[in-house]
Amino acid sequence: MSEATANSIQAPQIMVEDLVKRFGDFIAVNRVSFSVHRGEIMGFLGPNGAGKSTLLRVLCGLLHPNAGRAMVAGIDVAQDPEAVRRRIGYMSQKFSLYNDMSVVENLRFFGGVYGVSRRDMQDRLRFAVDMAGLSGREDSLVGTLAGGWKQRLALGAAILHKPAILFLDEPTSGVDPSSRRRFWELIHSLGEEGVSVLVSTHYMDEAEYCNRIALINHGKLIALGTPQELKQHTLDGQLLELSGARISDALATLSRSTGMHNVAMFGSTLHALVDDAALRIPGLQAQLCAEGYAEITIRRIEPSLEDSFVQWVGGNK
Amino acid sequence: MKWRRVRAITVKEALQIVRDPRSLMIALLIPVLQMFLLGYGISLDVKHLPLCIYDRDNTTQSHDLLHHFSASPYFDVQAELHNYADIGRNLDAGACRLAIVIPTGFSKGLADNAGGTVQALVDATDTNTASLAANYARVVIAGYSAQVQLDAIQSRGGQMQTVTPVDVRARVWFNEDLISRNFIIPGVVAMVMAIVGSQLSSLTIAREWERGTMELLISTPVQPMELMVGKLLPYFVVGMLDACICLALAVFWFEVPFRGTLIALFVTTGLFLLVVLCIGYYVSVAIRSQVGASQVALLLTMLPTTLLSGFSFPIDQMPPLVQGVTYLVSGRYYVTLLKALFLKGAPWSELAVPILCLSVYAAVMVVLAARAFRKTLD
Repeated sequence: MSEATANSIQAPQIMVEDLVKRFGDFIAVNRVSFSVHRGEIMGFLGPNGAGKSTLLRVLCGLLHPNAGRAMVAGIDVAQDPEAVRRRIGYMSQKFSLYNDMSVVENLRFFGGVYGVSRRDMQDRLRFAVDMAGLSGREDSLVGTLAGGWKQRLALGAAILHKPAILFLDEPTSGVDPSSRRRFWELIHSLGEEGVSVLVSTHYMDEAEYCNRIALINHGKLIALGTPQELKQHTLDGQLLELSGARISDALATLSRSTGMHNVAMFGSTLHALVDDAALRIPGLQAQLCAEGYAEITIRRIEPSLEDSFVQWVGGNK
Repeated sequence: MKWRRVRAITVKEALQIVRDPRSLMIALLIPVLQMFLLGYGISLDVKHLPLCIYDRDNTTQSHDLLHHFSASPYFDVQAELHNYADIGRNLDAGACRLAIVIPTGFSKGLADNAGGTVQALVDATDTNTASLAANYARVVIAGYSAQVQLDAIQSRGGQMQTVTPVDVRARVWFNEDLISRNFIIPGVVAMVMAIVGSQLSSLTIAREWERGTMELLISTPVQPMELMVGKLLPYFVVGMLDACICLALAVFWFEVPFRGTLIALFVTTGLFLLVVLCIGYYVSVAIRSQVGASQVALLLTMLPTTLLSGFSFPIDQMPPLVQGVTYLVSGRYYVTLLKALFLKGAPWSELAVPILCLSVYAAVMVVLAARAFRKTLD
């Protein structure tokens, strides 16, 4: 990681200040600021259309920002996108390798355009093929590979030139769970080697693998912190899970209960945010009983990222 | 420009060409097909024109004249008619393109030395064919009158060789179908090269957009010039292969005489190919769909090469404004060069100016095409 060591260890690898990207009247990225350190894995979490991809594309120099500043590896992306491109690896949301070429032909191509020297090429190819678990399938056409393998190969192509910074745009969408798990292990091993990774996802469970998470909605950065921080500090109160027959009918009644901050459907259960769980559970049980919902059980649960995301998005409106 | 990156792109593009053998076959077969279609299809010669005759004189002399027509390879006598109404019907129905009417008193006029007259009725819906038909008819009649004169002189005891009607020879080139083909085939080569070259390159950038591979490609440090050179190199090879096929067909199949040097031929062909490849590439950059790009590239190259290169219509007979426009058509220089090389075997001194023009044209197109590409999604 020669580029990484060239910069001070303390200096952030990515620094974004008040970044704005507009498409006509539509503001895709709205005054976003954050920074990413060396070896840090930062996740962008948000629904489809939140602006995650646009933000990543601006950082790769594929889109020109309308305002604000984005420094990648100490270089202003808007000023010198070519210098940035030499130092980064990028995996676009849509699979972008050549389906009519073999695994090795694709890797050779990207090695070539990234200027991997002929001397290093053999080693790097070996590394990428092993990492993607594609040993023995080097000569298969990429179009014939299954989704998980394709994604790992795309990651392999993105790190052939040993970039200090990796941008991964929804790298695991459409990939089966075991492949997703394996993919995240790869991302973690890269982080341990000092690569800064910026990865977007809309899978809540994946976000928990990140060192820090940026919650993004409607182009705005609405929360930033470790998964633990987000779960603890964003929820002002304690979380209860209510389950049982006709639970959805009880929603209206519950929202008027004392000490109730928020109540929302969560799959087939209700999640209720109350000021004090121990204090409110008996009262809620009595209230539900009186109104004929006898079979409903209530228990306190630890909040998930999804709860805090719902909370943040709700508070943001 | 880094050759490492150019090489990576060239190898990739060549692999993709090889992986798609159907397109490669099309790229190599279409020129052959076009050469045959256009080589045989476009001909300025008219043969076997359907002819009707109405002989009102009905004498030995009129029969003799009509025999000249039926013996000519340019006319096929379809019917012998007996009134004008039938002639009108036959011309209307397209059963004949030309009707020859020999009036009563034709042979009497000849005998009296007053001269005979013959009426020719021509279907001029296709003006080109009509004027050719009229010309051919004049040639046949001139041949006949030459014979009549000859007979008259001979009967008076004159010398045979003194009589050689000059105007008959002036039209002789129309009779030689080979000459017309020699004139056309070099133009057909230019047209085929324009079509193939622009079609090959018009797909290359649009395909990356359509398949979604462009986003990753422009996130790499590859430079626009490297991308263009790398992408066009393999197509240049395919295009030169096509050129060899076309030129070989022209010389060995259509037997067009080749009097220039091979090196001059390949230099000019390479330059023209570069121009049309760059036009196709430029269009591919501007229009991000393969279908759209190939259509526009076809219009931008085939149309001017067909109409304004001097291949089908002589430039010096165009209105001055249009003549000016032809200087902007790269095909003009290539057609001029091909004709000079094939038919004239012109020396380098004569080729220098059009080669220089084509070189400048190629240089401008390379710069325009390379600069057209922007590495951004905006």
